[in-house]
Amino acid sequence: MKLLESPAVKVGVSISIATGLYGISFGALASASGFSFWQTMAFSLLMFSGGSQFAFIGVVAGGGSGIAAMTAAALLGLRNGIYGMQMNALLRPVGWLKYPQAHITIDESTATASGQSDSDEQRRGFWTAGLGIFVLWNIFTGVGALAGDALGDPKQWGLDGAAVAAFLGLLWPRLKGREPWAIAATAALATIIAVPFVPAGVPILVAAVVAGAIGWFSHARSDEGMEPDVDPYPQGHSSADAAAREWSAE
Amino acid sequence: MNLWLWILLACGLAYLTKLSGYFVPAKLLRSPRMMRVAGTMTIGLLASLTVVNAVASGQSLAFDARLGALAAGAVALWLRAPFLVVVIVGSAAAAGLRLLGWR
Repeated sequence: MKLLESPAVKVGVSISIATGLYGISFGALASASGFSFWQTMAFSLLMFSGGSQFAFIGVVAGGGSGIAAMTAAALLGLRNGIYGMQMNALLRPVGWLKYPQAHITIDESTATASGQSDSDEQRRGFWTAGLGIFVLWNIFTGVGALAGDALGDPKQWGLDGAAVAAFLGLLWPRLKGREPWAIAATAALATIIAVPFVPAGVPILVAAVVAGAIGWFSHARSDEGMEPDVDPYPQGHSSADAAAREWSAE
Repeated sequence: MNLWLWILLACGLAYLTKLSGYFVPAKLLRSPRMMRVAGTMTIGLLASLTVVNAVASGQSLAFDARLGALAAGAVALWLRAPFLVVVIVGSAAAAGLRLLGWR
């Protein structure tokens, strides 16, 4: 009972439910894009990073090759490496604990932990959000995959439109301020220009290179684009932002 | 079977990326420049995936019901709808426009 009084656990539970639920859209889209039930589950069990999972199926659905899909997913997952480093510094896991902890190091678990100031609370927040999302995300992926199989013609149900909205929904929380908008617009333009000239799937990688180059040469704040899809602390970013700033200023 | 290979490789890369944060010397990844690239790349990839799914059809551009889904999704996000609602709105918009005859 004491555990439920912890603010970090409460935040972790609510973020788990909000994020876990939309596993249903991943499952449905994956099966509509032609992935088998177990392929769909492999993404949620083993890759376990929403953006990368959607990226892989999005590239394949657009006619892209397996290698292009893998590359897009891997590049989109790069930020998890940064999160791993932050969580290693913040939570200081020892021994074998690093291995399971790495697997649940995603936008939401990182954001939940960095929003707390007490080190026990940070740990509780991370594990509650990470494990909670892992369990619910996988359950709802399965539900979505079975529902997607039963739907029949995906276009009739507008599932290709659902994919468009899903990517916009993943992008939206990261568009805070003018610079992210400019990066997004540049990447979108690069994509449209590249489509007629390179094989399907490759325009996404062209956009990644363009956006990466902007990051390499610009002097923007260093935590840009590192927002969770569902913000654990919606009433003002103060604590999470402060933790991120403190960390990157070290 | 070939697709399975790429799926499993992508899963392995995803885990190794996460794990690298726990083992790679902090100095290497901790430079502000590396962090910025990871962040801007995330924005660029998601923007590109949005556009590709909205207007690309193989190697050509097509303006069809998916554009309606993009607009409807943007409105839903503007109104602060939760993610799942945004996805449902996008699918309803595309399905509805097709019923009205706009492919």
